[in-house]
Amino acid sequence: MKSWTSIVLTLLLAVIALSAAPPPAKEGAPYDRESAMKDFKRPDTIPFPDDNRYTRARAELGKALFFDPRLSATGAIACASCHRPQFSWTDSTATSIGAPGMPLNRRSPTILNIGWAEALFWDGRANTLEEQALGPLVADMEMNMPIDKAVAQLKERPAYVQMFEQAYPKETISGVTIGKAIATFERTIVSGMSPFDEWIMGDDSAISDGAKAGFDLFNSKAQCVKCHSGWNFTDDSFHDLGFEQEDRGRGKILPQIQAAQFAFKTPTLRNIAQRAPYFHDGSLRNLEEVVDHYSDGPWLKRPSLAEEMRKLELTAGEKRSLVEFMKTLTGADEPMTLPVLPN
Amino acid sequence: MRYLRISIVALSLLSGTTLAWAWGRSVVLRQEAKRFEFEKVKIKPGDKIVFQNHDEITHNIYSSTKGSEFNINIQRPGASTGVTFWNEGEVEVRCAIHPKMKTIISVSSEN
Repeated sequence: MKSWTSIVLTLLLAVIALSAAPPPAKEGAPYDRESAMKDFKRPDTIPFPDDNRYTRARAELGKALFFDPRLSATGAIACASCHRPQFSWTDSTATSIGAPGMPLNRRSPTILNIGWAEALFWDGRANTLEEQALGPLVADMEMNMPIDKAVAQLKERPAYVQMFEQAYPKETISGVTIGKAIATFERTIVSGMSPFDEWIMGDDSAISDGAKAGFDLFNSKAQCVKCHSGWNFTDDSFHDLGFEQEDRGRGKILPQIQAAQFAFKTPTLRNIAQRAPYFHDGSLRNLEEVVDHYSDGPWLKRPSLAEEMRKLELTAGEKRSLVEFMKTLTGADEPMTLPVLPN
Repeated sequence: MRYLRISIVALSLLSGTTLAWAWGRSVVLRQEAKRFEFEKVKIKPGDKIVFQNHDEITHNIYSSTKGSEFNINIQRPGASTGVTFWNEGEVEVRCAIHPKMKTIISVSSEN
């Protein structure tokens, strides 16, 4: 009888132990340059959503709307006022000026490679690019243009009416089609071939040995790849990087989530050398300061601070290599031509 | 006699656990390479999903679907967290840190 009891009890304990066992911790594979390089190959096509496929008419209409300042209350600012092609689709100020005399509190995010993005804006509040495109248009601090007024104004110009008919023949001029057209144009803004891409495609002499060492660090000791992953160098994740600030960022959208407080979206690093100053508030002046921030801090130790923020203890030489590597991501982008707008 | 009583108690405990298992299954759902293993998982009310983080970064799995809200909070690499779903319907589950990570837990007694 005694042995029976112990068998049953042992079984019971074993069952409990098994059900509570954690998964085996994954051993981090040792770093290997060749296999790391496979994760950075450029895609062949731009993704367009099923309900807004690419057509040339749509992209051209979107481009006209993007550059048209008459879509603002003052008639003076366009999408392109804060997303300037000459500054890699951001602007010349640390945090932009919206409507005249209205300083904003965040840096204008680039729209480069935005067709691959998930959760738009620094705080991810828009689910689609179509929805995002209308945000700054109607925001009272920015273009301050009610949609009905924008629609009425576009309808007054026969050239615009014709462009909408060609782009969206089954739909009327509305907030929906304005958003769709701008989104289509924005998806066509893709970073050009860079020395880094040439290297990934097999030209060993396309980047320097220092830059290659920087790539190795990026994927190992410096841990940049934990968030800046894939060909576009972002996983669209949100993290609190320890800056002293009042802006709760993603936390305004997800107030119940601790990790979302003071968190902002991971931006692409494509053409990054053209987009100083850096971070959501434009608080760091150059890439050297950015690397210093990740390596050494200081970081405000809040409950929301990203777990990945650990002292990296990079040497001065390692920091230089990382910056040298990031500079190889600058593409030979085609210059943007400006559209002549309907009058 | 005393041992017999103990073993009966133990046996009934064991069968009780087995019954609970038959009724409320446990389904493992892995997070790997910043993706959920499945885009959709079908379970019955009372079943448990065990979210396992096989990445080398932290995740924060949560749902805002009415009636089935939950928030795992910070989940470190290697960690495993069970969530039981009681209400029928489609529960949208996401990672608060990685917005590309999405899955649907479909809860129905007909599954």
